[in-house]
Amino acid sequence: MIPWLQEFPTLDEAALRALKKAFDSGYRTFSRTYGDSIEGFFDPLLYFLIWFERLLLAAPWWLVILVVAAVCYVAGRSRRLAVGVAVALFLIGYLGMWEDTMRTLAIIFVSTLIAIAIGIPVGIWMSRSDRVQAFITPILDIMQTMPIFVYLIPVVMLFGLGKIPGLIAVVIYAVPPVIRLTNLGIRLVDKEVLEAADAFGTDTWRRLFDIQMPLALPNIMAGVNQTIMMALSMVVIASMIGVKGLGQPVLQAVTNQYFALGLFNGAAVVALAIVFDRITQSYGRRIQSGRQN
Amino acid sequence: MATDSSHIEIRSLYKVFGDDPDSVMPYVREGMDKQELLEAHGHVLALRDIDLAVETGSIQVVMGLSGCGKSTLVRHVNRLIEPTEGSVEVDGQDVRTLDRTALQDLRRHKVSMVFQHFALFPHRTVLENVRYGLQMQGVARPECDERAQRWIDRVALTGYEGSYPHELSGGMQQRVGLARALATEAEILLMDEAFSALDPLIRADMQTLLLELQRELHRTILFVTHDLDEAITIGDRIAILRDGVVVQNGDSQEIVLQPSDDYISNFTRNINRGRVIQVGSIMEPAEDGAPAAEPDPDACVPSDMVLEEALSLVVDSSGEEAPVVDMDGRTVGAISVERMVHALAGDTGNGEDAEATGETADDTAAAQEEPAKQKPSKD
Repeated sequence: MIPWLQEFPTLDEAALRALKKAFDSGYRTFSRTYGDSIEGFFDPLLYFLIWFERLLLAAPWWLVILVVAAVCYVAGRSRRLAVGVAVALFLIGYLGMWEDTMRTLAIIFVSTLIAIAIGIPVGIWMSRSDRVQAFITPILDIMQTMPIFVYLIPVVMLFGLGKIPGLIAVVIYAVPPVIRLTNLGIRLVDKEVLEAADAFGTDTWRRLFDIQMPLALPNIMAGVNQTIMMALSMVVIASMIGVKGLGQPVLQAVTNQYFALGLFNGAAVVALAIVFDRITQSYGRRIQSGRQN
Repeated sequence: MATDSSHIEIRSLYKVFGDDPDSVMPYVREGMDKQELLEAHGHVLALRDIDLAVETGSIQVVMGLSGCGKSTLVRHVNRLIEPTEGSVEVDGQDVRTLDRTALQDLRRHKVSMVFQHFALFPHRTVLENVRYGLQMQGVARPECDERAQRWIDRVALTGYEGSYPHELSGGMQQRVGLARALATEAEILLMDEAFSALDPLIRADMQTLLLELQRELHRTILFVTHDLDEAITIGDRIAILRDGVVVQNGDSQEIVLQPSDDYISNFTRNINRGRVIQVGSIMEPAEDGAPAAEPDPDACVPSDMVLEEALSLVVDSSGEEAPVVDMDGRTVGAISVERMVHALAGDTGNGEDAEATGETADDTAAAQEEPAKQKPSKD
């Protein structure tokens, strides 16, 4: 009998080990050679994150609550929503989680900004060409299905523990929805409206910024909303590589079986999620309400 | 054929949709028809050898059933669709030769368009929609707004400047579409089934509005419709398109009285001939040199009066026959009641099937199938 019909033909152990080793050492050499310069590249981001975190922590608590409530009101024009948000934030502080919440708020805010800054241009690029779409879609699928821990490894190898690897991990995990929905939103813009724009001699840029982007905005906002939610869900995992915030007490609670600690901090994450969700959704609804067909 | 007064001149225009239109053009030129081309080569023949000259300041209607290529045809004028072969000249300039910027200029300044489903910008108010073309022209904001406002007033939408399109009814939305197209002051106006999506009453309103505006503006209008009544109401000339070929191009009198084939006569059989045929088209012309007897002005019929009115006028006044006068009041012929009745019955030229015309009251959809059935027996 032919052996590979009975037993699965595997690479022999030595060769397999050598392959993995080669892979690892290759990446290690890469990270040793370029690690510093790549880290340097991300420094401004780190400074911005630290600055924003300090700002949130240094500001008087009532001012932060006031500003967040005001943003809510401006986005959604709903007094009830603003009051609800203020109460939720106050409760978080009252239960002693103010500092961690501010740290989490800072990293979520910054990583969302980065995700939008990367995601919208990529989404626009994707919407303009079917070939680009066919190329990027599988990459996004991989980013979303690959277990998060797997891409934590190379990031940590490159940057060590800390804020920047956490930020990068969060962004990688959270950026696909905003890319997808920007692409989708632009592709869904009514063809007749675009034809009308063309018929009046609109050039490519104005077509994009005056017609396509505003009409895709509700979808883009839905993408931003999704991105924020995914970023929040990364908080606990990011805390494993040293990101401070609400994730760390949760991690601590898991390892030590502190149920109450886990519950409170988990609830604080949920409260933050609700705040972000309501702000983006009500803003999305408001821009949409002006223009149903 | 190419006269100085033609504003749009379309010559031997072909349009084939498909992966490689050029590869099938030899077959098209050999005379392969739409159906064969689709089956044998997988390409869609949209337009075949179109020649159409539109005079400055006139309304040229392009009429045909859906899928006949009429919307494709108008889109060649501002090159929203690229021709496969042939030329489309606007002011003597072939639009095919224009580069990107020149084409944008053409669309901004020379040709504007009104769409079937309005195609308004849903995120912009009425004012913002109407001034869009002016903004594209680079007109400064205050002037934009002032000019846009003038057009909003002209289409009777004063007070709705701040409304969004979805807050308006269909008719009002198309008024916005019309104002947006007129505001650029482009000399050529393309109207693609502009009124087809509207209710009959609103449609009649819009037709009246368009004709009213046109009396002052004298734009060159290419108007696409599938509705013969609309074509007759609006068009100075009517080109009837079938399977991408112009079957007949003439004024409403020619289309109704001298249909070039069965396809067209089937089209025209259901229209109200009394409201279309003008006395001048069927009168007995006055003999040259015959002394023009001084007619009684009350008994005279103007030559552009339609039969419906002329009949009652003649019957009321004299009874049998009346002189026909032109716009200057000169006698140009005579019309008898009998002649008018014959014309109403479709009894002009090919009178033998007059009865058949009377009894069927199908809509135009039936007209599409009829000639197909009749054709084999004729060939």
